[in-house]
Amino acid sequence: MTKRIDEPTGTETVGHEWDGIEELDTPMPRWWLWTFYATIVFSIGYVILYPALPGITGATAGTLGWSSRGQLAEEMQAETNRRAPMLEALSRIPIERLPEDSRLMRAAVEGGRSAFKVSCVQCHGSGASGLKGYPNLNDDDWLWGGDLKAIEYTLTNGIRQPGHEGTRMSLMPAFGRDGILDDRAIADVVSYVRTISGQDEANASARRGAAVFATNCAVCHGPDAKGKREFGAPNLSDPIWLYGGDRAALTATVTNSRYGVMPAWGGRLDPVTIKMLAAYVHSLGGGEDFVAVAADPEVEVDERP
Amino acid sequence: MNAPEQDVGKSTARGEIAQHVLADKRSLYEKRKPVFPQAVDGFYRRLKWVIMAVTLAIYYVTPWLRWDRGVYAPDQAVLIDLANRRFYMFAIEIWPHEFYYVAGLLVMAGIGLFLVTSVFGRAWCGYACPQTVWTDLFQHIERFIDGDHNAQVRLAKASWGPAKIARRLVKWSIWLMIAVATGGAWIFYFADAPTLARQFFAGEAPLVAYTTVAILTATTFILGGFLREQFCIYMCPWPRIQAAMMDERSALVTYKTWRGEPRGSVKQANKDPGVFGDCIDCLQCVNVCPTGIDIREGTQVGCITCALCIDACNKVMDQVGRPRGLIDYVTYEDAAREQKGEAPRSAWRNVLRPRTLLYFAGWGAIGVAMLFMLGTRNHLDISVLHDRNPAFVQLSDGSVRNNYTLKIRNMQTRPRRLEVTLSQIDNAVIWSDNGSREQASQRILTTAPPDSVVRLRVFMAAPGDGPEFEDVTFTVRALDEAGGSDSEHTRFERPEVTP
Repeated sequence: MTKRIDEPTGTETVGHEWDGIEELDTPMPRWWLWTFYATIVFSIGYVILYPALPGITGATAGTLGWSSRGQLAEEMQAETNRRAPMLEALSRIPIERLPEDSRLMRAAVEGGRSAFKVSCVQCHGSGASGLKGYPNLNDDDWLWGGDLKAIEYTLTNGIRQPGHEGTRMSLMPAFGRDGILDDRAIADVVSYVRTISGQDEANASARRGAAVFATNCAVCHGPDAKGKREFGAPNLSDPIWLYGGDRAALTATVTNSRYGVMPAWGGRLDPVTIKMLAAYVHSLGGGEDFVAVAADPEVEVDERP
Repeated sequence: MNAPEQDVGKSTARGEIAQHVLADKRSLYEKRKPVFPQAVDGFYRRLKWVIMAVTLAIYYVTPWLRWDRGVYAPDQAVLIDLANRRFYMFAIEIWPHEFYYVAGLLVMAGIGLFLVTSVFGRAWCGYACPQTVWTDLFQHIERFIDGDHNAQVRLAKASWGPAKIARRLVKWSIWLMIAVATGGAWIFYFADAPTLARQFFAGEAPLVAYTTVAILTATTFILGGFLREQFCIYMCPWPRIQAAMMDERSALVTYKTWRGEPRGSVKQANKDPGVFGDCIDCLQCVNVCPTGIDIREGTQVGCITCALCIDACNKVMDQVGRPRGLIDYVTYEDAAREQKGEAPRSAWRNVLRPRTLLYFAGWGAIGVAMLFMLGTRNHLDISVLHDRNPAFVQLSDGSVRNNYTLKIRNMQTRPRRLEVTLSQIDNAVIWSDNGSREQASQRILTTAPPDSVVRLRVFMAAPGDGPEFEDVTFTVRALDEAGGSDSEHTRFERPEVTP
């Protein structure tokens, strides 16, 4: 290993040689060394000012008191402050007047989209398209009403929440289990329902079922089987089925009845979040326009079952 | 540098073979050799003056040029509006999705640099590089305050007395003012210049403006005032890249060794005629060099081809009555021809050759292609996103609904009345989230604000009995006299038919 001076450049080589290839040991400029020292000085300042040296239970705190969690908390607080006026406006506006303020409506829909992912996706699914027993919120078929006010009411008071005053409540009899109808009558009424929903051609069983329906079912589902929202009684003449529209599923429904439940979110979420959730669900495509029944608030309570 | 190193430097400079083995005496770090370039006058010096004036004028004046775009767009001719994601350049407005124009410009700049380098070597380094232009400017100020080469050397060696401190303070304050003006001009490319200037001096400009000015002031002051040739030699990658760009027919600043060597003073030459070459070893070429190199050692990484040594040498040759061009722009090939006594090629043959023509063709092709695209681009654009969760919704009347998010881009600087229509599907109706199914029809009317993107949530309902997937085309059409339209294909989905 011999260091030598490379003739054309006047620079010393590092002394190694690989198959005749040598490397120049070009000296660094002196100021480069100073910038290196400057980074060392910077690092000392950094270690003093910011959290740096790890210990058993945590790192040194740094004299500035900065922490990434603290920064996050600050940013979250700033975001909360930024949204405060919007939330304040949302809390003051009655939900049926929300569509008049498109800016507020948009904010509510976006806020509802986030809240939906926290509290609702577990049953209704991330796209709000539901599952068996959990309604699809995208469609235009509503058990208890699809305008903003009805959705807000359902969200606040829940469905079949025992002990909760004002909850959406209705109890379909378990026609088979309780012995109200025998198996043949159940089979007939199932035939009838499949006929009026356009799944089967009319036959003798369905014709017999029409009489059974008129006596037992029409009181809640309506004589035309279009359903009644005051009872949460579904429309049986459309192609949308919460528990399935095939014979087996319909027979099971008539025999044992179904009691879908939803929590009363009024006690769990604040009114503004519920309002935003209602706006979001309403925006999914099936939302209905609010029709003011009358100015008298006493009459509005008719929404309740 | 310690003594042995200096010996090495001198001996290599003289071209002697230095085979010293210097165990561990060499330093790992090299002390900077101070450079005090001397003033010079000549053709290239004047050319550099002109280029400096033009480049500085472009830099400082551009943001203040106005260009009328109507009430909905800024009237600054060149504006990089980062906040609103728009780039304005005279009649051209570029949106973020058209970033390929910027990429194209960068490719053109790259190929243009190859072209210039293959013909003139490091012309960029010597004339147009901001590092060169600002260093040159700073050096003029230095000469104005401290005097020329000799005075500067004296002042550098002088102890720090009041006179030296005063001169240094004056020089540094002028540099600093230029540096502030340099950093200050930069920010005007990113906001409305008159407004920002008012805000800046009133202390109301955004923090990022002050930070940018501070950083650019610091870099200008340090790089132009102090680091100078160190930047070119140690930091800039271009001197390394350029080695691959040049060939034997690129014009390089060359000392004609065959004419100049051996060197001897006029007195020696008069005493022994015929022994010495034309170089009188006056060191003028070294003294004027802004990077402190000796061009007589040949092409080297420190040479930025500013050609000031050509001016200096020509002046000396005139004085001693020898022909000009001892140092000149010469290609390697011509150098070889000249040594053999042949005539050099014509300059045109060095410029027009396959390589340069190919560079020029590539450069021009990209430019023409971009101009063509700019001229024919659509100022109305639709993109359709089909909802996937859920992909379809069964409706109570038996029909099926699909949801879409439409983004309609109005690139004109005026509001436009637009119509969205549907084709390729039968009996389908559409409505937006502003309307309802009762008002559904085959089209949606909307208004797009100027220079913006409209986001439209669109619901489409079609009869439930149909194929599982059906092709659909959304078309947006402007309803004003200028017209224009754009379409996008998507599809309509229905529930899987269970047997």
